[in-house]
Amino acid sequence: MMKTDEKLIINGKRLDGRKPMDIREIEMKVGVIPNANGSAYVRFGKTTAFAAVYGPRELIPKHLQEPDKAILRCYYNMAPFSVSDRKRPGPDRRAVEISKVTKLAIEPALFLEEFPETTIDVYIDIIQADGSTRVTGINAASLALADAGIPMRDLIVALSGGKIDDTLIIDLCGKEDNYSEADIPIAFLPNTKEITLLQMDGRITPQEVKDTIRNILKAGEQVYKKQKEALKNRYK
Amino acid sequence: MTEKVREIVLPGEVIGNTKTEKSGHGTFIRDQNIISKFLGIPKRVKDYISVIPLSGVYTPKRHDKIIGIVISVEKSGWIIDINSPWKGFLSLSEGVRDFIDIRKVSLKRFFDVGDIIYTEIVDVRNGDIQLSMKSPSSRKLEDGVLVKITPSKVPRVIGKEGSMINSIKEKTKTIIRVGQNGVIWLTGQDIEKAIDAIKMIDEKSHIFGLTDKINIFLSDLNDENR
Repeated sequence: MMKTDEKLIINGKRLDGRKPMDIREIEMKVGVIPNANGSAYVRFGKTTAFAAVYGPRELIPKHLQEPDKAILRCYYNMAPFSVSDRKRPGPDRRAVEISKVTKLAIEPALFLEEFPETTIDVYIDIIQADGSTRVTGINAASLALADAGIPMRDLIVALSGGKIDDTLIIDLCGKEDNYSEADIPIAFLPNTKEITLLQMDGRITPQEVKDTIRNILKAGEQVYKKQKEALKNRYK
Repeated sequence: MTEKVREIVLPGEVIGNTKTEKSGHGTFIRDQNIISKFLGIPKRVKDYISVIPLSGVYTPKRHDKIIGIVISVEKSGWIIDINSPWKGFLSLSEGVRDFIDIRKVSLKRFFDVGDIIYTEIVDVRNGDIQLSMKSPSSRKLEDGVLVKITPSKVPRVIGKEGSMINSIKEKTKTIIRVGQNGVIWLTGQDIEKAIDAIKMIDEKSHIFGLTDKINIFLSDLNDENR
């Protein structure tokens, strides 16, 4: 991890004035892309993601088809203008990894067996990045899948946690992400509390990991509530 | 104007209990709870509880009457686009009544690429959808316009015992055929008005008193024309 002389937590307050267990302002909209079967816009502070779901649709080439279920394909993409230094367009090592973990995070929530020989494509585009982009993308994908009318066991709620200056925090912003001692993105199914994504990067004790998971499961309720509101507002 | 909206449930929301109710379409059971699979409108019929999705693709079902477009002519049949992730197949024997010698006659004489047909699904075996033109209402649809809507909203377009579709037909002087797959074929006098009405139903299917609303919408347009 990079080192900085700057204090990230002063008098129990973070850079943007939040307390360690506060999440940023959340904005969610459903049905923003008319040509997609389902779509959503999610904003956590400055981090902004669009998700579009196409399908279930016919899968070509045929050899990729599964005879008993649909396949799920996720594409995570960061816009070149989403970060302060221009990001070279196109998938890189990081984008491929995030696409893969997003797919694994979403898959347990879907009834893929209802659509054999087809594909469901999820496109996640990060328009502005300020930390925690993969969890923002997963939240957007969850709403877009529900909007597309794909049968789901549950919505998917995602939130990041971490540790800076020996303090456990949640919902990291860009600067905290860069200088944190550890960061842990988590996605889970809110009704059964099954965790579908858990990554960890940095130095942290086992007890602190357990605490972070507990914190995120608790704070995730707020994100889940926002998701429910956004979906209900679509049909008003 | 305030519109009364139907109750909407979300995926993962508990909507009933297996002790008192039975799980119907669009739901699943976990720990004796009946849970919704879709973002949709719950429907209770007797002790069955089901959820009608507000969006989604068409899943073919046996005996559904649908509207399809011929996308290719094969050796002994036609491949049909049925507005679904899967393609339909209309075999020669199901498509034409008379005996045809395929060595002498081109199948394009009966249905060519781009033709629109009103047909029935006779069999669905995972991904293999057999169509038939043998039922009396099946036929080739000439001219007209096609409109696509969300397949789960087809019953709303038709209305109770055809009330909705009949009032649209009457007021716009059109002939309309509705396929269960969400494809609607229209021809006649005031097609554009009928399309507007159908689009309105598609968008506002979750609102109470829709038939009245469509009636007002259609008569307003009639007044403007006078």
